[in-house]
Amino acid sequence: MEKKYLISRRTALITGVSAIGALLLPGCKKPTLPTYGNLLRMGDLLTYSAQRALLPGQSLAKEYSSGDISSFPATGTVNPADETTKSFSQEYANHLRNGFADWKLKIDGKVSKPGSYSLTDLQKFPLRKQITRHTCEEGWTAIAEWNGVPLGLVLQQAGIMQSARFVNFYSYDGWIDSIDMMDAFHPQTILAYGMNGKDLPIQHGAPVRLRVETQIGYKSMKYLQRIEVTDQFIDTGDSGWAWYTGI
Amino acid sequence: MPTALSNRSSHSTWVRITHWVGTISFLLLLYTGVTILKAHPRLYWGEVGNDLTPALFELPISKNYKHGGWTNEVAFYSTKGSPVSASRTFEIYNENGWGRSLHFLSGWILVFAGIIYLLYAIFAGHFRRNLWPSSGQFSFTNFRKDIWDHVKMKIANATGGPQYGPLQKLSYLLVLFFLMPLIILTGLTMSPAVTATHQWLLKIFFGAQSARTIHFFAAALLTLFLLVHIIMIIKTGFKKQMRSMTIGK
Repeated sequence: MEKKYLISRRTALITGVSAIGALLLPGCKKPTLPTYGNLLRMGDLLTYSAQRALLPGQSLAKEYSSGDISSFPATGTVNPADETTKSFSQEYANHLRNGFADWKLKIDGKVSKPGSYSLTDLQKFPLRKQITRHTCEEGWTAIAEWNGVPLGLVLQQAGIMQSARFVNFYSYDGWIDSIDMMDAFHPQTILAYGMNGKDLPIQHGAPVRLRVETQIGYKSMKYLQRIEVTDQFIDTGDSGWAWYTGI
Repeated sequence: MPTALSNRSSHSTWVRITHWVGTISFLLLLYTGVTILKAHPRLYWGEVGNDLTPALFELPISKNYKHGGWTNEVAFYSTKGSPVSASRTFEIYNENGWGRSLHFLSGWILVFAGIIYLLYAIFAGHFRRNLWPSSGQFSFTNFRKDIWDHVKMKIANATGGPQYGPLQKLSYLLVLFFLMPLIILTGLTMSPAVTATHQWLLKIFFGAQSARTIHFFAAALLTLFLLVHIIMIIKTGFKKQMRSMTIGK
C-alpha cells in the first residue's frame, strides 16, 4: 500500500516537472518553483528538473560507521532563546525553560487529520538511525548519527492527500522553507530528535530538526515549529539562496 | 585545390562558437569558484573537513582565512578524543547565495557548449583531422624538438587554423579528455543528490572533501593552461589568432 502511494506521487511529480516548461511561458501566472524571472534561479530550476529527470529519487545517501562520526560546527541560529539575537523567540525560550515538555509539532494543510505531535508522540513512531554526512554550502562537511522518524511515516499518519506537492517547514527562529514530495518521502528524510546518541543539542536544532540527506545542509531546518502540506508552491520571496540544493 | 586548402586551414564555425561560449562560461566558473572557495578557504582529504578538524592547507584569500571566533568546544561523548561541536562568533565572508547559483548556471552553459563541440568534433572529423596525432607526430624526437623550440621561444607564426604541433595537441587532448572530465566528476561528487544515487563517485575520489580538493587543483591546472594559451596566442600573432577564432579568416 505504501508503495502504491509513492508511485502515484512520483507520477504526479514527473507530470509537475514536465509542466514547468509550459509554466515558464510568458503570461502564465500560476505559482510555480522560484525563478523570479531571474537568470540565477532559472539555472537552479534547470538543475532541479535535470536531477529529478535523470536520478532515481529514492536512492539512499551513503551511510557511515560510528567510527566516522566527526566534529560538527553549529552555524546559523544556535539558540532561538537568546534575547540578544534577531532570531529570538519568546515561545521557544518558554519551551526550553520547560525542557520541551509542552512542545508540539503542528501538522496541517493538505492532510485529512491535522494535529500536533509531542516529542513522545514522535518517538512512538519506528526509529530510524542514520550516520550521514552533512554538506554545508560553505564548503565543509561533517558526519553525525541522527535518531528520528521518517517524515513520510508522519505525513501518512496525518493523512496526506493525493493533491499534495510540497511540504513547508516553519521554525522558531523565523525560517520558512519547503521540499517536494520526492525528498519528503525519501527514506532518509527524517524528523531528528537525537544526535550522536543523545537528545538533539540546542545549537543543532532542539528539540526536533529536519534532515534532508539529498540536499545541502541549509535545507535541514532546525527548531521545527510547524509542518504544512500544500498543493502549490508557496513563494516566500527571494531569500538570495537557491530553493533546490541537491547540488 | 588552393580553395580547399585555405578552407581546411581555418577554424570551423562550430569550433569558433563553442570556443567563445566555453571561454565565457569558464571565466564565470573560475570567478564564482574563487568566490565559493573564499567562504571556506580550507581544503581537506577524505569525507570530512570543517573548522573543527585539521585542514590539508588553507588559502589566505578572504577574511575567513584562519579566523578565530568559536565558542568553547563541547564534546559529543565522554571518551577521550571525542568529536566536538562549537558555534561561530565570527561573521564570515559568504557570497555563496549567488556564487553557487551562478557557478552551476555557467556549468550548464559549458556542458551544452561541450556537448555540441564533442558531437561536432567526433562526427565532422575535427578530432581525427586536427587533434589526433598524425602518424609519427607523437614521437620522442618530435617532442624533444618541440619542447626545445618552446624553451627558446622559437615558435612558428599562426597559420590561422588548426595546424597544431605535438605539445599543443597534447595539451588540448589533456584538457579535453583528462582535466574536463575530472573537474566535472569531482564537481558532481560534491552534490548530495548525485552521490546518493552514484556512491561510486565518493569511492573513486576518496570522499567528498578529496573531490573538492581535486576539483580545486583541476581548476588551477585549467587556469595555468589558459595563461599559457594566451601567451602562445600573443607570441604567434595576437591579431591574426583572434581574427581566425572569431570571424574565421
